[in-house]
Amino acid sequence: MSFKIKNTEKENIGIIIVEGEVDMFTSPSLRDKLLPYFERGVKGVIVDLSGVSFMDSSGIATLVEGLQWSKKNIKEFILTGLGDNVLNALSLTKLDRVFNIKADTDDAYKELSER
Amino acid sequence: MIKVENLVKKYGNVTALNHLNCRFETGKVTVILGGSGSGKSTLLRQLTGLEKPDSGSVYFDGVNLTTANKKKLYGIRRKMGMLFQGSALFNYLNIFENIAFPLREHTKIADNIIKTIVTMKLEMVGLRGTEKLMPSQLSGGMMKRVGLARAMVMDPKIIFYDEPTSGLDPISTGVIDKLIKDLNQALNITSVVVSHDMESCFRIADNIMILFFGDIIAEGTVEEIRNSKDLRVKQFINGEPEGPIPFTRTDKNYLDEILFR
Repeated sequence: MSFKIKNTEKENIGIIIVEGEVDMFTSPSLRDKLLPYFERGVKGVIVDLSGVSFMDSSGIATLVEGLQWSKKNIKEFILTGLGDNVLNALSLTKLDRVFNIKADTDDAYKELSER
Repeated sequence: MIKVENLVKKYGNVTALNHLNCRFETGKVTVILGGSGSGKSTLLRQLTGLEKPDSGSVYFDGVNLTTANKKKLYGIRRKMGMLFQGSALFNYLNIFENIAFPLREHTKIADNIIKTIVTMKLEMVGLRGTEKLMPSQLSGGMMKRVGLARAMVMDPKIIFYDEPTSGLDPISTGVIDKLIKDLNQALNITSVVVSHDMESCFRIADNIMILFFGDIIAEGTVEEIRNSKDLRVKQFINGEPEGPIPFTRTDKNYLDEILFR
């Protein structure tokens, strides 16, 4: 499955939708989408991973950077739509409990925008 | 998965691999056993595409390594990890840079991301905190674990281990064995282990293959190999000096050689 990424922003909340395989060669694109939000200091970032078929260590490490940003700046960094493959990759690196994980992007956005 | 078909490799008059057929299943640990000169390392070189065979094929997930062009071969090699016999760490780089090396060479991943990946891999081998040490400051067992972290850093689909426990004390051997088994299970990868160490082999193997002068003389589970009636297998697994596997490498009679030269 080829890699695709797109992003939108609503009410100072960044939403990134990722599809396909996130590996050593595609994860820099995910980072490129994330960094501007971190630098600008938006209210929060939601990463929709429902279309991700595979994620390797570099993908996980890229998401960890989002988590580092959120902890440092007291912002929200939310992952949504995680399939078993991504959940397994997170649990393998013992990081499955540290992320804010929601089932659905719309619900995550609603929760975040009401804050 | 790796499939080997009718593989032949000769060095001069010596047939190192003699029409070999075998497969290495995904999610399994396969241990290749054999004495010195049995063809283990030659097979490893063909499996990794480091050497071309005289004939036959090696398929990695359906791609024939023996006919693949350089670009394709390099792409496939990124999916392979290798733990070398002597760990092969770079003495002039600290532990962090040793593990980060493949990422810096083959990808454009940012430093901050590399740092997280290295930390994750060091956690897997139980060596977080050693990042700034130099290889010379580590024990042999720790060096093997760093080598393993480096072998895993690109998230390979297959890891080759060349005598991973040689020269290690029993506890370090146990630690490496456990890591090989656990990581294989957790990551659902293919593990190919070349070994001499029978105890270690019986602990980690799902499948065992015994090579003898370029031929596979036995293949099977630990139980099947333990119960093999083949005298060569029995001699090998029991480490008996006398038996059908000769100690000497030449067929020429010793007295003939001494008396009639």
